[in-house]
Amino acid sequence: MSTTQTTSGADSSAELALKPSGAAVAAGQRRTLAGQLVHALSSSTLTVIVVLIALLWSVPTIGLFVSSFRPHAAINSTGWWTSFFPPWQFTIENYQNVIQSQGLGQAFINSLIIAIPGTILPVLVGAFAAYAFAWMKFPLRDWIFLIIVALLIVPVQTILIPVQNLFADVYTSTGFGITGSYIAVWLVHTALGLPFAIYLLRSFFGALPSDLFESASIDGASHLRVFFSILLPLSVPSLASLVIFQFMWVWNDLLVALIFLGGNPDRAPLTVNIANLVNGSTSAPNYEVLTSAAFLSMALPLVIFFALQRYFVRGILAGSVKG
Amino acid sequence: MAVAVSQPTAPPKQEGRRSSRSRSERWIAWIWIGPAVLFAAIFLVYPVISTVIASFQNSDSTKFVGFKNFQEVFTNPGLLEVLRNNLLWLVLATAGTVFLGLIIAVLVDRVRIESFAKSTIFIPMALSMTAAAVIWRFVYAYAAPGQPQIGILNAIWTTFGGQPQGFTADPKNDILNNILLMVAYVWMWTGFCMVILSAALKSIPTEILEAARVDGASELSIFFRITMPMISPTIAVVATTMLINILKIFDIVYVMTGGDFGTNVVAVEFYQEFFNFTNFGVGSALAVLLLVAIIPIMIFNIRRFRVQEAQR
Repeated sequence: MSTTQTTSGADSSAELALKPSGAAVAAGQRRTLAGQLVHALSSSTLTVIVVLIALLWSVPTIGLFVSSFRPHAAINSTGWWTSFFPPWQFTIENYQNVIQSQGLGQAFINSLIIAIPGTILPVLVGAFAAYAFAWMKFPLRDWIFLIIVALLIVPVQTILIPVQNLFADVYTSTGFGITGSYIAVWLVHTALGLPFAIYLLRSFFGALPSDLFESASIDGASHLRVFFSILLPLSVPSLASLVIFQFMWVWNDLLVALIFLGGNPDRAPLTVNIANLVNGSTSAPNYEVLTSAAFLSMALPLVIFFALQRYFVRGILAGSVKG
Repeated sequence: MAVAVSQPTAPPKQEGRRSSRSRSERWIAWIWIGPAVLFAAIFLVYPVISTVIASFQNSDSTKFVGFKNFQEVFTNPGLLEVLRNNLLWLVLATAGTVFLGLIIAVLVDRVRIESFAKSTIFIPMALSMTAAAVIWRFVYAYAAPGQPQIGILNAIWTTFGGQPQGFTADPKNDILNNILLMVAYVWMWTGFCMVILSAALKSIPTEILEAARVDGASELSIFFRITMPMISPTIAVVATTMLINILKIFDIVYVMTGGDFGTNVVAVEFYQEFFNFTNFGVGSALAVLLLVAIIPIMIFNIRRFRVQEAQR
């Protein structure tokens, strides 16, 4: 670093005033041999450090994954890392067991029925509200925003009993039973996801340069047009991350499904089934069933994360302001 | 909008009255926030108010008892330990997730295997708490001395000559038990911090960094003088999210230890008061305490929000 500093300090800043992009390229090429060596060395050291961190982070999950393919006797008598050495004892029986006889196939579909509306609803409702909080002016705006964000703290447990009483009141007055249906779970997940959605999107939307909105409003664009043709395309990365997180929270939720589906086994999602497997094994934990069931429940969130990862691209905002 | 820029310190409400657009905007805005406000009112505000009322009532919510439930929370030794544990969680787990998330986000930004490394660290977020609990029970698993250890931590520990430890289950080491549970949490949530902070790092225009490098700034001074100030709003967002999340930490403790061995936290104790002891009064008082604890965090948020507004 110090070599770059001495060679390209003063003269390149003079160039910078004339031709900024050319100067940057020139300085990059003008590195001395020693500078290049230091750079290469530090970047390979960095790579080693990152690989080590990644490895450390994966060890617990690898343990689960490997164990899910080991027969019952092996799991409980030897560490999972010993299975890398002969005699190899692997089986897919655990998976056949959980999908067929433990009913996790149906549970997988139920999880989808719960999680898809449970993701779209809060993100959509939250994005509308976040836009208004960020770029509209109205009385009590800051106070309403504050109250909604303050609701982030509300623990799920706090709302369970009153909301269930509310659903019961609706049933007695209209005969429409919400508890036990998917609607109950969707409504509660939307409410629980909203404060975070609004909080996150408000700070993403608010961080966008105000020039964008000023020029749009000078051009006479309506709020709906600004929202759909400027804000949403610009916010794809933040929306993508919010969608990923919300989906995973709903997919992995246990308590709301447990309470509001009323223990109906036909509608139980994966988490409820897995929890029943944990509690069902009275003596020693049934690791071969648990590990394979847990891995099944991870599969879809992982696929979605990898599919949406490309949206995290560098400089999408900087590019649009420039262009 | 233009008015807001020329008078950055004036409160937004007064500016709104000056232009005709702002006048109609008031009503339009209500349509935009309407659905969110309805959801929040019915499923969050109303239940919270009934819980606050219940915190001043007796165990079956039939009679008002004043502050008796809160007195119980702050004098009962078991409940005091619960409060201490929550405080430990707030400090250590928040620091752990944000600090590691930032460091990893900065590190992976400079290597070619970035997406691979990020995916690896993010994977635990995809797990349910139940799965994570199974995984970490496996990591911490205990077998009697002389037997083969199936838990990797005890396997490493005994290889270096230690006696097998009952990780998370040793009543004498309650602080350590708490920290071991936090390790599982940090393992799960560092990926979340990393993803958001990494997105913020990427939103810094390359030209600024390049210009600083051309001018001879060292990587360290670029980090502290350019990167940190530019991503500090995002760090605040991430840290606040972690604080709020950790304040109501429930699943990991509930599944891994059930609050035993000196690891109980407010949300688990709350659950037990509600569903095991059916003491709605004390349970609601604990929930109200969680709500009160948010106030300092919210004040911080309001200030940051005001500063951000003034800069626009």
